[in-house]
Amino acid sequence: MKFVARIDVSHLPGVLDPQGATVERALPALGYHNVEEVSIGKTIRLVVDADTAEAARAEVDEMCRRLLANPVIEQYTISIEELVTT
Amino acid sequence: MTARVGIVLFPGTNCELDVAWAVEQLGGDAEMLWHADDTVRGVDAVVVPGGFAHGDYLRTGAIARFSPVMRGVTDFAAAGGPVVGICNGFQVLTEAGLLPGALQKNVGLSFLCQTVELRVETNASVLTRLATPGAVLRVPINHFEGNYVCDDATLRELREQDRIVLRYVQNPNGSRDDIAGIANESGNVVGLMPHPERASDVLLGSDDGVVLLRSVLAAAEDASVSRVSA
Repeated sequence: MKFVARIDVSHLPGVLDPQGATVERALPALGYHNVEEVSIGKTIRLVVDADTAEAARAEVDEMCRRLLANPVIEQYTISIEELVTT
Repeated sequence: MTARVGIVLFPGTNCELDVAWAVEQLGGDAEMLWHADDTVRGVDAVVVPGGFAHGDYLRTGAIARFSPVMRGVTDFAAAGGPVVGICNGFQVLTEAGLLPGALQKNVGLSFLCQTVELRVETNASVLTRLATPGAVLRVPINHFEGNYVCDDATLRELREQDRIVLRYVQNPNGSRDDIAGIANESGNVVGLMPHPERASDVLLGSDDGVVLLRSVLAAAEDASVSRVSA
């Protein structure tokens, strides 16, 4: 079975996020004074072939630990959905 | 005996010839090590030079660390061989786990290309063994992601074990504790963001990088001698 994995990679709490900080300073210049906690990360989407959703998640988690995220500065969340072909 | 310095070449590396030129000016033999070969071919020291290895896709150094040559570099480092990562090379060594911490985007999001002052913090490393602690060196930096990050426990360890090799006199990029370069536990693996090869001749504006490169060559000669006598 094929599953779509979406991986959301963001800065670990406490690790400075220079992009988020810069955007947070830019938004008030456009009149948005009500914004805080801007954080910029990345989304990775991939399709993985696995027997079950659990197996897909376990394998994607391993990919995150080995390559897709750097645990020294980043955290990640994974969502898994069955691939729907139309 | 002339020290053989291997310079790792990934697709996207762009400082290899500068390093080779500087090494040869100082009397060493420079030899390119291709990323797809899983050996360092018996060299006496390894330099991972600057550039954009594998396009720096995903994260700087993230893809490069899986290159076959990194197996050879890791074995060489584990055997005590001198390994120095400059700029992108430093990023590769952190991703490879040969050095702790990580390098992320500069505070202020500016690409920095300027000469900075570095303070030598220890001579207990292959990069600084001939340098004087406290000396200030003028060496160029050239990076977007040189902001050194590590957790509190790692920073404490680096300080207590005298592994902070170089600090910026004026922090240009937000690096934790003004760190410009660090070493592993045994001091034979060092990573630094500044480019000593670009400060290797007065014609380049500074030759303050020479003492660092000479240190690496001296470490390489020792490595070479101990291998011959073993």
